[in-house]
Amino acid sequence: MRSPELLRQAWAVASKDLLIEFRSRTAIVSAAMFVILVLLVFTFARDPTAVAAIDLAPSILWVTLTFAAVLALNRAFQLELENQALDGLLLAPISRSSIYLGKLIANLVFVGTVELIGVPLLALFFNVAVWPYAGPLALVIALATLGFVSVGTLFSAMTVRTRVSDLLLAVLVLPFMIPPLMWAARATGPLLAGRPLSEIAGWLKMLAAYDIVFLALALFLFPATVNE
Amino acid sequence: MLLAEELRHSFGSVKALDGISFRLQPGQTLAIFGPNGAGKTTLLKVLAGLIRPQHGRAHVEGGRRAIGWIGHQAQLYNQLTVTENLRFWASLYDVRVPEDVLARLGLEEHASRPVGALSRGLVQRVAIARALVHNPAVLLLDEPFTGLDRTAAETFGRLLGQHAAAGRATVLVTHNVEEGTELATDVAFMRAGRFVHFAPRAGRGPEQVGEEYRRAIA
Amino acid sequence: MKLLRAGQWITGLALLLLAGVYVRALAFTPVERMQGLAQKIFYLHVPAAIWAETAMILVGIASVFYLFLKDPRLDRFAAASAEVGAVFAVIILTTGPIWGKPIWGTWWSWDARLTLTLFLFLLYMGYLLLRNAVSDPGERARFSAVLGICGMVLVPFIHFSVYMFRTLHPMPIVLKPSSPSLPPAMLATWLMSLGVFTLLYVGFVMQRYGLSYLREQLELAGDGGRGRGEG
Repeated sequence: MRSPELLRQAWAVASKDLLIEFRSRTAIVSAAMFVILVLLVFTFARDPTAVAAIDLAPSILWVTLTFAAVLALNRAFQLELENQALDGLLLAPISRSSIYLGKLIANLVFVGTVELIGVPLLALFFNVAVWPYAGPLALVIALATLGFVSVGTLFSAMTVRTRVSDLLLAVLVLPFMIPPLMWAARATGPLLAGRPLSEIAGWLKMLAAYDIVFLALALFLFPATVNE
Repeated sequence: MLLAEELRHSFGSVKALDGISFRLQPGQTLAIFGPNGAGKTTLLKVLAGLIRPQHGRAHVEGGRRAIGWIGHQAQLYNQLTVTENLRFWASLYDVRVPEDVLARLGLEEHASRPVGALSRGLVQRVAIARALVHNPAVLLLDEPFTGLDRTAAETFGRLLGQHAAAGRATVLVTHNVEEGTELATDVAFMRAGRFVHFAPRAGRGPEQVGEEYRRAIA
Repeated sequence: MKLLRAGQWITGLALLLLAGVYVRALAFTPVERMQGLAQKIFYLHVPAAIWAETAMILVGIASVFYLFLKDPRLDRFAAASAEVGAVFAVIILTTGPIWGKPIWGTWWSWDARLTLTLFLFLLYMGYLLLRNAVSDPGERARFSAVLGICGMVLVPFIHFSVYMFRTLHPMPIVLKPSSPSLPPAMLATWLMSLGVFTLLYVGFVMQRYGLSYLREQLELAGDGGRGRGEG
């Protein structure tokens, strides 16, 4: 399979998903509301005199994004089960990899949108200066997101066919999310404290390694989740 | 055009396919009748390549690109309009939506309505349009008449006639003998994963085929 | 079934030997000077930890081969190995804190090896839950193979990241590059225990394998009443 063909087909699948998302908007609005509510829960559940917001901010950011992402991931394949559209995709002359990549792209856009809403709100609620570090912070978030969305998309192709899909996906994917989450949180701390980028280079490398390994693995394993 | 060799497949202890072999030439339309649970849907899925048979092999000339499939479910997205659905499926085959497909199925006035808002019969018509969008050489149809009213069924029959006249093949699976017989050039009865009858229709009408079917299945 | 019977014998033998190793550890092996009697758990803890991790690797390897060969025996082995791995992980997670309390002064510490075992436990539980949630045998085998392979690949990442926390745990003393720093008597006891745990793993896996084979036969033999009741 030539790669432009692969990407064209992946984009066809992804843009269809995003169009559906745009039509109903229920999922993205719910996810955004969820992020706002979790941030509010953190605001009121912490003792502002005990811990400084700047120390807490990385943890709050990553806990919020993790749960929002887990909730969003099952959606992509749920779409295909309605009216058995997945059979149609499998029957079409497109590679299995392009189906996976399409779902991955749609999930990344979805989770990315939620993150775009969440980060400024975090800055606002907790009075953390995010703007000066926007570039590096975006890099950290992007690397971590790519890693766990890769794994989550793969797993959701399996869990959607079970009865307890949402809960099961969370149980399966969280152990896989914790390592990149930990590195990302460790990188976010120094970043928001204004330390130089070189200090977090190690964490970024770990995140990149995780992304490459699990993206390649997911592409290799995805056909086994749909082929009979 | 289409070849099935000694297909066997079981789910646990249930034998869905128990040694099925046949081949179809261009222009042939095979109607397979059988009671529920005879393995008809499994056979179609194996022919389409959605299920890999545990034994034997199925081959469609031209591969996946050559197959048009209508299943139990419409394989359409409820939130998208008729046009958007067809455009998406056409893009997977790297073709444009044929301009007359909507007109041929009487869907023109519904083109910009979301599929989720259509009646069962209209959805089935869109599903037919979807299966025809890439002009497939082999049609695999699983109970395609479900939900169609008389006019729509006649239209669909005409479409299948044109399909066969163009030298293409069709496998049609149904438990309703009346609907299927008229369209078929060949008839098979299926029970417990086997063909208990497989022969050209040779001018037999629905009543005669129905009589033979009841005797073969009883 | 022969395998099931053999597995029971091996497990029985291993349990007997385990008791023997314990008598030896408690009565005939010198008491460690720094840690006192609490150190005795080391003979149970470390071999179990080694096998809890090895079992995950074996699940992954069997899963890779399953995806290529589609041989149900590989799937059955992977499932058995995951169940036994889960049991070993539970042993460590319960004995670890018992050892931790007198030595570290706290029941639970985010020590690297304990954390790693906790992750292994979560992976095993996820794996077994997924198996439980999928009813079609072919689909179950494929899905769990996918998860098993991902689990195996995750282990080194967890390994690496947990060791980035400063660890309280005694550094490896047996398997370090220089000659073992353990007194010969302790080393002998430890090696015996490792052998016994290997035997335990093999015995347990053979039993679980035999059991799941029998269950499949029952399901195949005409919708066996039990198979349906469980489903």
